[in-house]
Amino acid sequence: MGRIQLNQVQKKFGDVEVIPPLDLEINDGEFVVFVGPSGCGKSTLLRLIAGLEDTTAGHIEIDGDDATMLPPAKRGLAMVFQSYALYPHMSVRKNIAFPMRMAKIPQEEQDRRISSAAKALNLTDYLDRRPGQLSGGQRQRVAIGRAIVREPAAFLFDEPLSNLDAALRVGMRMEISELHKKLATTMVYVTHDQVEAMTMADKIVVLHAGVIEQVGSPLELYRNPRNLFVAGFIGSPKMNFVEGPEAAKHDAQTIGIRPEHIDVSTTEGTWQGTVGVAEHLGSDTFIHIHGIPGCDPMTVRASGEMSVVHGDTVYLTPRADQIHRFDAQGLRIG
Amino acid sequence: MARAVTTQRKALNTAIAWAIGLLIFFPILWTILTSFKTEAQAIADPPVFLFFDWTLENYAVVQERSNYMRFLWNSVFIAGGSTILGIIIAVPAAWSMAFVPSKRTKDILLWMLSTKMLPAVGVLYPIYLIFIKLGILDSRLGLTVVLMLINLPIIVWMLYTYFKEIPGEILEAARMDGASLRNEILYVLTPMAIPGIASTLLLNFILAWNEAFWTLNLTAAQAAPLTAFIASYSSPEGLFFAKLSAASTMAIAPILILGWFSQKQLVRGLTFGAVK
Repeated sequence: MGRIQLNQVQKKFGDVEVIPPLDLEINDGEFVVFVGPSGCGKSTLLRLIAGLEDTTAGHIEIDGDDATMLPPAKRGLAMVFQSYALYPHMSVRKNIAFPMRMAKIPQEEQDRRISSAAKALNLTDYLDRRPGQLSGGQRQRVAIGRAIVREPAAFLFDEPLSNLDAALRVGMRMEISELHKKLATTMVYVTHDQVEAMTMADKIVVLHAGVIEQVGSPLELYRNPRNLFVAGFIGSPKMNFVEGPEAAKHDAQTIGIRPEHIDVSTTEGTWQGTVGVAEHLGSDTFIHIHGIPGCDPMTVRASGEMSVVHGDTVYLTPRADQIHRFDAQGLRIG
Repeated sequence: MARAVTTQRKALNTAIAWAIGLLIFFPILWTILTSFKTEAQAIADPPVFLFFDWTLENYAVVQERSNYMRFLWNSVFIAGGSTILGIIIAVPAAWSMAFVPSKRTKDILLWMLSTKMLPAVGVLYPIYLIFIKLGILDSRLGLTVVLMLINLPIIVWMLYTYFKEIPGEILEAARMDGASLRNEILYVLTPMAIPGIASTLLLNFILAWNEAFWTLNLTAAQAAPLTAFIASYSSPEGLFFAKLSAASTMAIAPILILGWFSQKQLVRGLTFGAVK
């Protein structure tokens, strides 16, 4: 079981309120991702759940029991840190065994869990090494191993992949997703990378300045962003926002169109513009176009075959059914 | 060309370093040399440097006249005891200052260090009276406690700087892993800080070993350590230079050997964690 419920949880550091009172429900077995720009309070929120920070007000319930005042160890949660936080003076085996040693689990049971975790995480050959002798990816696996053997009610991940290089990150991302499918345990994952959020989450919580902007499945957030912030944060490249007369035509203060929802042509279209930069990725071409009224530059995702260069004139047509409308407060209309 | 300049410079630097080193070491060398002279040679004018009749007579006399081993044991007991006691108190103190600092932590650290700036003689009278009242004058235990208190600020400071280098996330991980505060300090913090703790132990052992003011004032016959042993050979008339030197050499030999074998740790200790 791993159901976590936050009721009016608030956090202040001195007089600074980093998290205004918020409610959140994380269901058993869910993969929930907290995403937002740096400083939005997502790590603080995770640390509140972990018990590494005290709440200023409100209650945290884990599996129906009030855990607000419980110390971290008593909450039945396991955490994987950004810096791995392995014990440098212990071998991999001892690192993984540490939480079980603290819980006074019998030696045979410890050995059984260590070997099964090591097998699942491809660490069997490294059990007698020290963390200093491992690569970044291996260290992160040890940190995950240390979390798994506790058989926690939920896993908490604090930006676990940000210290890894790009290629490794993609691999580890899939490993963690697979682990979630296999264990079916609740996972709460903090990241500033919206690609990680989109690919891994069952449910995304978008945070901005300590406030939950929207909660929903990745596609819900992508298709129906509640406000300008979420619209701009979810999706890559980010959504284009058009203001002024063009927006007024749609009875909105601002309209948003995703780069992949704009048709581009060299002959005709709604808007005319000039190519600033064309990024050829092979599969796609991202074109940054200047001269569109109310939006400069506008980014468009075209097919990989599209060959335009700096200075070319292009015509853009947004797909009518994919236009998001926002009012003066930045909230979604309709 | 550039290389030649560098080599010359290096040679010059080495020469200067040796000169300074010898200058600092000279009094110790002179003491050791004097301990092998006769009393007459020890006060000869002009002084004799290396060419004299080497004799072990002073050592024999010193050994005969006083019980060196008893003084040595007292020194080991007092220096070792005060250091261990200090560490036991300082580890939790430094832990809390490094990992759960309050607004006043920096001030407390400075205040603690400021007590080292107080002239010791300023508190001699009250401490002497307390010792009499408690009946611990001339006792090893009393001296151990006093030396521990004298060096505690330095121990806390040193451990604090070492602990500050340990990432807090590792301790948080230990907390998540179910470690109690005691286990966190015992199994995670202390092993990681071993190099720092070792140099702190060493430096404080040496400081306590060399401490003369309190050991001379608070001991008589029973608890007197090697500093008192040396002092017993100094006479205002300066008649026993050779024997005084022999006693000094015997007193500093153990600590000199300890220091020689632990130079690396000591340098780290003395730079207060500034050098990683």
